[in-house]
Parts: sequence; C-alpha cells; structure tokens
Amino acid sequence: MTTPVIELRNVTRRYDDGPPALHDTTLSIAPGEAVAILGPSGSGKSTLLNLIAGLDRPSSGTVTVDGVRVDRLNEAGSARYRRDTIGMVFQFFNLLDDLTVVDNVVLPARLSGTASGAAHRRAHQLLDALGVARHAAAYPGRLSGGERQRVAVARALINKPTLLLADEPTGALDTASGDDVKRLLNELHADGQTIVLVTHDLTLAESCATRTIRLVDGRVVADVTRDVAAGRTR
Amino acid sequence: MSATGRVVRSGVARRRVQTVVIGLATMIAVTASVLGGSLVVASSAPFDRAFAAQHGAHLTAQFDGAETTAERLSATARVAGVTAVAGPFSTVSGTPRDAAVDRELAPMTLVGRTASSGTIDELLLSQGRWVTGPGQIVVSADYPIGPSPLGTVLRFADLPGQPALTVVGVARSVTRTADAWVSPSDVAALTAPGATRGYQMLYRFADASTAAQLDRGRAAVTAVVGTEALAGTQSWLTVKEADERTTALFLPFLVAFGALGMVMSVLVVGNVVAGAVGTATRRIGILKAIGFTPAQVVRAYVAQALIPAAVGIAGGVVAGNLLAIPVLADADQLYDTSTAGVAWWVDAVVVGGAFGMVTLTAWAASLRAGRLRTVDAIAVGRTPRPGRGRSAARLTARLPLPRPMTLGLARPFARPARAAAMLAAVVFGTATVTFAVGVASSLNRVQIAKDHAAADVVIETLGPPRGPNPVPDVPRPLSADETTRITSAITASPGTEKYYSVATTEVAVAGTAGSARLYAFTGDASWGGYEMVSGRWITKPGEAAVATNFLTATRTRIGDTVVLADHGKAVPVRIVGEVFHPTNDMLVFTDAATFAATKPTLIAASFHIRLAGGADVTGYVTALNDALTPSGFTAQPGQSGGSSETIVLLNALAALLTLMLVAVAGMGVLNMVVLDTRERVGELGIHKALGMTPRQTVAMVVASVVVTGLAGGAVGAVAGVAMHRVVVPAMGHGAGITLPPAITDVYQPAGLLLLGLGGPLIAVVGALLPAGWAARTRTAVALRTE
Repeated sequence: MTTPVIELRNVTRRYDDGPPALHDTTLSIAPGEAVAILGPSGSGKSTLLNLIAGLDRPSSGTVTVDGVRVDRLNEAGSARYRRDTIGMVFQFFNLLDDLTVVDNVVLPARLSGTASGAAHRRAHQLLDALGVARHAAAYPGRLSGGERQRVAVARALINKPTLLLADEPTGALDTASGDDVKRLLNELHADGQTIVLVTHDLTLAESCATRTIRLVDGRVVADVTRDVAAGRTR
Repeated sequence: MSATGRVVRSGVARRRVQTVVIGLATMIAVTASVLGGSLVVASSAPFDRAFAAQHGAHLTAQFDGAETTAERLSATARVAGVTAVAGPFSTVSGTPRDAAVDRELAPMTLVGRTASSGTIDELLLSQGRWVTGPGQIVVSADYPIGPSPLGTVLRFADLPGQPALTVVGVARSVTRTADAWVSPSDVAALTAPGATRGYQMLYRFADASTAAQLDRGRAAVTAVVGTEALAGTQSWLTVKEADERTTALFLPFLVAFGALGMVMSVLVVGNVVAGAVGTATRRIGILKAIGFTPAQVVRAYVAQALIPAAVGIAGGVVAGNLLAIPVLADADQLYDTSTAGVAWWVDAVVVGGAFGMVTLTAWAASLRAGRLRTVDAIAVGRTPRPGRGRSAARLTARLPLPRPMTLGLARPFARPARAAAMLAAVVFGTATVTFAVGVASSLNRVQIAKDHAAADVVIETLGPPRGPNPVPDVPRPLSADETTRITSAITASPGTEKYYSVATTEVAVAGTAGSARLYAFTGDASWGGYEMVSGRWITKPGEAAVATNFLTATRTRIGDTVVLADHGKAVPVRIVGEVFHPTNDMLVFTDAATFAATKPTLIAASFHIRLAGGADVTGYVTALNDALTPSGFTAQPGQSGGSSETIVLLNALAALLTLMLVAVAGMGVLNMVVLDTRERVGELGIHKALGMTPRQTVAMVVASVVVTGLAGGAVGAVAGVAMHRVVVPAMGHGAGITLPPAITDVYQPAGLLLLGLGGPLIAVVGALLPAGWAARTRTAVALRTE
C-alpha cells in the first residue's frame, strides 16, 4: 500500500464560539492523486485547504503532509514547509503587484536557496510552458485574469512541490481562461503531480480530479474515486 | 539578489508614494530635531558654556597707572590661588564720535591688546578681523554703534589732533572686559595730555564659584599691588547674573520650541512608518503564503522603511545643519554667546534616534503583521471584518448629504485601526500648530509686558545715553511749562484716546536695606502693558503694585501695607497687585499723587499715548511732532505695533517648525489615504461601474477623512492647549519667572475653533491627491485590479 502524501486524522477546526468549520475529519490522499474538494459555501473547503497548506492550525487532530506533522510546525517551520513542499494557487492570484511576473515566479525558489540563474531558467521554462513567457518582464497589473492565474501556477510549481493546492483556481476567470487552467491542471496531473483543488465548479472537478470529496457543514459526506481507465466510480 | 532583497527593492521602488512619504517625513523630522536639539543645547547654561569655551576671566581688574607699574602687576600672577593671568593691558577711556554723521557715541573703555586669543578672555570675532596696526579698532558686540559698524570711523574729538580709528572688527568678550580693543600703541595716542593711563589685569582663580571666594582672590591681588592702585574690579558672577537675567525670559520658549520639534518628530515619524508597514498586511500575508518566515518578513519591512528613511535622515541632517546656522546665530545674539555650529553629538543623537525610531516602529508593525494568521493577512483589504462599521454606515446614510459623502463618512468605522493611525497624524499636526501658536502668542505678550510697550506713541524725555551701560531713566529736567506744553499737545492732537506719564525715582523701604525703584504714574496706566501675576493694577493714590522680588524681599503679601521712606518722610502704600517684570528687581508702581507731599516735582520720564481706533500712528506722530517742535521733544511710534528682532526670530522659528511638522502630519494622512485607496480600488471600481462620477469619487474619498480630521482637530487643539498650559508655566517657573495669566491664557474661543479646523484641513489636503487618483482610475482597470 502506498504511503499517503496527505493524512488528516480526526481534524476539527473551530472559529470562536460558532459551530466547527471542519468537524472530526479523517482522510488521506495518495501521491499522484488529483482530488477535488467540493461543497457549498461555508462547508469547510477552504479551511481544509488552509490546514493542509499550513496556513491555519486545527483545533484538534493531526495533519501530516509528506511525513511532516504540519499541525506542529511553528511559523518559521510552516513557512519552510510551504516553500519546499507545496505550491499554492489562489482564486484571486495573490501575486505581488510590485514585482514583475518573473520576479513573482522566482521568489519561492530564491527563498529555498536556489541560485538566481537556475531559478530564472526554471521560471522562464515554466512561463514558456504556460504560455505567458512574453509577459515575464511585465507587472501583474497589466495581465488578464487568466494570464495572472498562469503566472500564479508557475510560481506554485517553481520549487517542484510534492503537492499543488488550488483554491477555486478558475473562480475569478472567464470561461476561456478557466478552460486553459483546467487543461493545465490535467497536464500537471498527467505528469504525476499530486493536486488538491477546492472548487464549486463541478465541471472543473470532473475534468481534473480522479477523486472528489464532498463536504457539507464541515463533514465529509461523500468521497468518490473515479477509475479513469475503466470509466467507473467507486 | 536574495528573495528578501528583491522584495525590499520592489517595495521601495514601486511603492513610490510610501517611499517618498517615509523619506520626506524622516527628513523633515530630522531637520526639526537637529534645529530643536541645537536650540535646546544652545539654551542650556549659555553663559557657562561661553565662559568655559572662551576661558572667561573670573576677575577683571582695573589699575591706576600712576599708583603701580606693569612689573608689579605681572607679579600678581604668583599670588596664591591665582591660576592664570592675562595682562597687564594698557587701557584708556574716551568718548568717540561717528565721523560720518558727527554723532556722539557712548563713552568707551579701550584696551590695548595685540591678539584676540589668549589663556584668558579669548575674544570671538563676530564680524571683520582683529587689529593689525595703529588706526584700527575692534568694538565689542555690546557697544551701541549699530548693526553694521565695519568701516565706521570713530573720531576722538576731545583729544589733541582728534585721532581717528577705523572699525575693522566686532568681537565678543564673555566677561565684558572692554568696549573696544586697539593696538597697544594707540592707547598712548588716545590718552589725554596729563592723564595717566590705566592697566587691566584678567585673573582666573582656583576657587571662584562664590562672591566670598572672589573677594578673597581680589584681596590677595590687592595685597601685592596696594589698595590705592586698584581702580575697580568686575566679577564674573556679576556679569553672569546680568546675562542670565536677560536671557532667562526667552530661554523657556527656545527650549519649548526645541523640545516641540524633537518630540513631535518622534511621534509623527513613528506614526508614518507604523502606518506604512501596517497597511502592507495583505502583502505580508502573500509573502508568508509563498514561504517567507516571520523573521524574513520583519527584515524585509524594516529594510523597506530604513532605505527611504536613511536618505531622509541624510538630507535632514544637512538641512538641519544649514538651517541651524542662522538660527544659532540669532540665538547667540540673544544669549550673547558664540556657537560654532550644531554640536556633533546632536547630529549623532538625532541620526541614531531617527534610525532607532524607524527600526523600532517598522519592526513592531511588521512583527505584528507577520504574526497574523496568513489567511487573515491575505484577506485584509479584500474582506473587511463583517459587521464593522455597519452601524455607522446606516447612521450616515440617513444624513441629508449626497450619498458619496455619506459612504465616505462611514469609512473610518470600517477600518478603525487605520482611522486611529490617521487620527494620530492629525492630532499631532493640530496639537503642534496649537502649541506653537500659543507659545508665539505668549512670547509676544512677554515682550510687550517686558517693555510695557502697549502704547501706540511714546514721548521720551530722557537725556542722551551715557556709557556702555547707561544708567536708565535719567530724565531731562522738565519745567512745569514744558510738561504743560507736552500734555497740551497730546490732548489737542486728534486721535488721542488716553495717555499717562511715568516718572521714576528711588525710595527706601522701611525694614529692608537698600532702596526700591519707584515708578510714579500720572494718569491711568492700567492699559500700559503692566501684566499682573496676581492682584490688580493701582486705581488710586496710596495703592501700589510691586514686582515679585519686592514681595519676597519685604516678606509682604497682596493686601499688606508697606512703608516707603522718602526724604525722611514715611509714605504708607497698600500693595494691591504683583506685577510681572522680567528683571524682577525691587520695583514699586504707584500713582504720582501718592508722593505729592514728598515729591511734588516728580519729573516725567516718558509720556505714553493710546490712539483711538483707526487712527494712523505715522500721521499722528508727524502731527504731534509738529506741535512739539518748539519744546524740542520728539514723539515716536510705540513698540506695540512692531516686534523686536528676538520676537521676529522666535516667531519665524515657531512658524518654520510648525510648517515642517504640519507637512509631516499631512504626509502621514496622504500615506494612509493612498494605501487605503489602493486597497479599495476594486470597491471604487464597483462604485464607478454603478455610475459614480469622478467628482463624486473625490467627494467620497475626501469625506472619508473628514470625520477623522474633525476628531483629530478637536483632540489636537485641546492637547495643544493642555501642552501650552503645562509646559509654558513650568518652563517659566524653571527659569525663576512666574508668568501671569495674561501671558499664559492666550487662547480665545474663535481662535481655538480655527485651530481645531486645522485638523480637517490637514486631513483633506492629505486626501486630495489620492482622491484625484481614485477619480482618474478607469473603471475597468479598477474592477480587475487585485
């Protein structure tokens, strides 16, 4: 049996006095899986993603990613974890608008200690592969939403992360740009990239994910794996 | 370049407004601090500093050349307790005339010295150069010859051959050892036939901190040369006392201005930096999301603040040192000192303090932002906390104002922390203006009170001045006819509202040694600028107002009766008030009629006239002088309409510091609004998409600062008044002066209202630039901007 890359055990996240955003959740994700987390607003999707990304900590339970107990990391440790283990794509891109496109992409690599030349070469390769190389010297403010999301994906991939996390990656995009991002995620998955994406978009989940986890009120209500080769679900 | 370096570089280069604001704010604050610090240093024991720097003489002794010799005087250097001597220098006295205008000048004591330097009494040249040969003279900065004496030819008309000397320099002696210095060979030429030349010796003693110690030193010297040879001495303690009496009045104000500059600078720069870093929370969240550690975030943001601050600090030190040159020169003139420039350690402390302040505030603000949960930090600016400001929004929506304005008015309540930072900037600015206006106003009143210069027109009946320190108030004897002619001319002149005359004389005070100086008034002088510390002004004969020192010396209080003795006759007077007087001597102010029996012929020293409202002072003086021509007296405009050079200097200084600090406060607001507007650009896009015009956008952005401006103005004005109420009397007290309420109660309701409105003015001016930027932003761009 393959060691899961992500393992959550009895994870609960509670904010203030309200009901838990995530309730006693246990799940594991294997390497190479492309998992879509689905659910209505307030179901706990983003909370789950933030916990995996080390952006937030569980109120109880454990979060282990690539053998690292993320819930135990201090601030500096979780920063190193984010830069070395995961790549993140946000709905609203979260690019630094005072850095050029290439500088945005290069930043995590330089934080990881990659030499400038190597980081830039990798960044240009990624930008080229994602079709935004011509914008390398531009600032994000001049790019369309789809282009910005491609840059965000390039930035997420610069350190060849074990895990790619995407929070509503097509949520702020038009249909054409959304389709581009879907194709991109499929290509990455085909290359063996483990992907966890949070989305409202069923078509995105169907086209990109081999497994869908449905959350309602902070609980997993469905966990379906699609056998792509056989065209079956189980 | 490292990742942190790249983030720092982009942050500095691309956040131009923020970078410029931090740089400029720091520069202005450092300039103000260097100026303020220099003033505080210059105002710290100015006489003692000058005395130490110029190796002042503890004792200046004048010897009669007929009774001693230069050799015997030189021998006094070996007297026990004497640590250093200078001299003997030949001296002579004379009364020169300004050859160009044939005007008699004050008598002067001339000393023959070959050099301005020496082990004692190092003379500092403030103008020109030292004498290089006969026919040249360097005058003391205290000698009354006018502001530009260089080149003036002084002719000694009483001497054979009428020798003439050309002024080649102006020098300052800390212990006032002479009125002028000449080549030793000129002293002989200036000595009248048959007269004996004198000698001057300057001494420093091992112990000279008390009058008793100086008496012992003088006695030891006299024992060597003989009592008959000693013509006179001057103690450094006497000079110090006179010097400090003059400067004490202004010292608190200069220190207050200096401290104001420094304290406000610290507060404003701290606020600007904290605001700049605090508004970068979302960017910090993104940096953390991609792997920046909290330490890297802190380093990046401290560096981002320090780079523009370093440029600002460098510029501020240069500007501060340049501006300090004229300011310190004026302070030197005021204190009678010589300051080489800004002390190196003032620069060092200001630079260190500024770096420390910027680092500390940037560190604290970025640490706070760095510690925020990353998800919360990223959400800042995109998703305001739910519920925040809703009540205010509902409330403002009901106001009968255009909707863009009501939207703007509710804005501070949605972002209370940012509004608080902006409020702080406005409070600092308004408090500074209020305090500075108050101090300047107090200072003007002090000047009026000091000179009792409330009259519009004055007629002096004094004779010409005599001596370098003329005996004050020596009236030219007025006959009864002359007095009548003057009063008739005043009464007959159209425009005269009221007038009084004042005569002065000495009276004894029963129960105390020495005498008191009596000011006897004819007519109502209550409007004459005699400010009361307590009690009231005299209203009838038999009443007296006195200076504080009089009450202390006689151990009396207001309401007590004290007996003044004049020509053996006792004149009881009841003390009704304590008069503010900077010299704080034994002074008694009473009605001339009180002494009608003992001094029926008190001679008026001056007449003081108040003109009816709207009367032209110049025209009045011209007309009155025409009427006075036969009597030989001259009326002059009073000082109430003008200000002394010192007051002009201090007012200019107050205006400069105020402008600088208000500019910094305005930049703080600008910084906040720029960052807020940038963060809200998406929201602005929505408003514009819904039909908000550029003008309405400007109105909304400007309205968003009005509430903060009003609150800041109100708080700042109150804080400024409170500061003034505490600081000015305390500093006056520290200088040994009790300031009367008329000098400390300077704020009027209307003026305070105007000062309070300075708050919204600062806020609106600071918001105009970003408001224009918001209005010009294209809707499509705004809608898709992150």
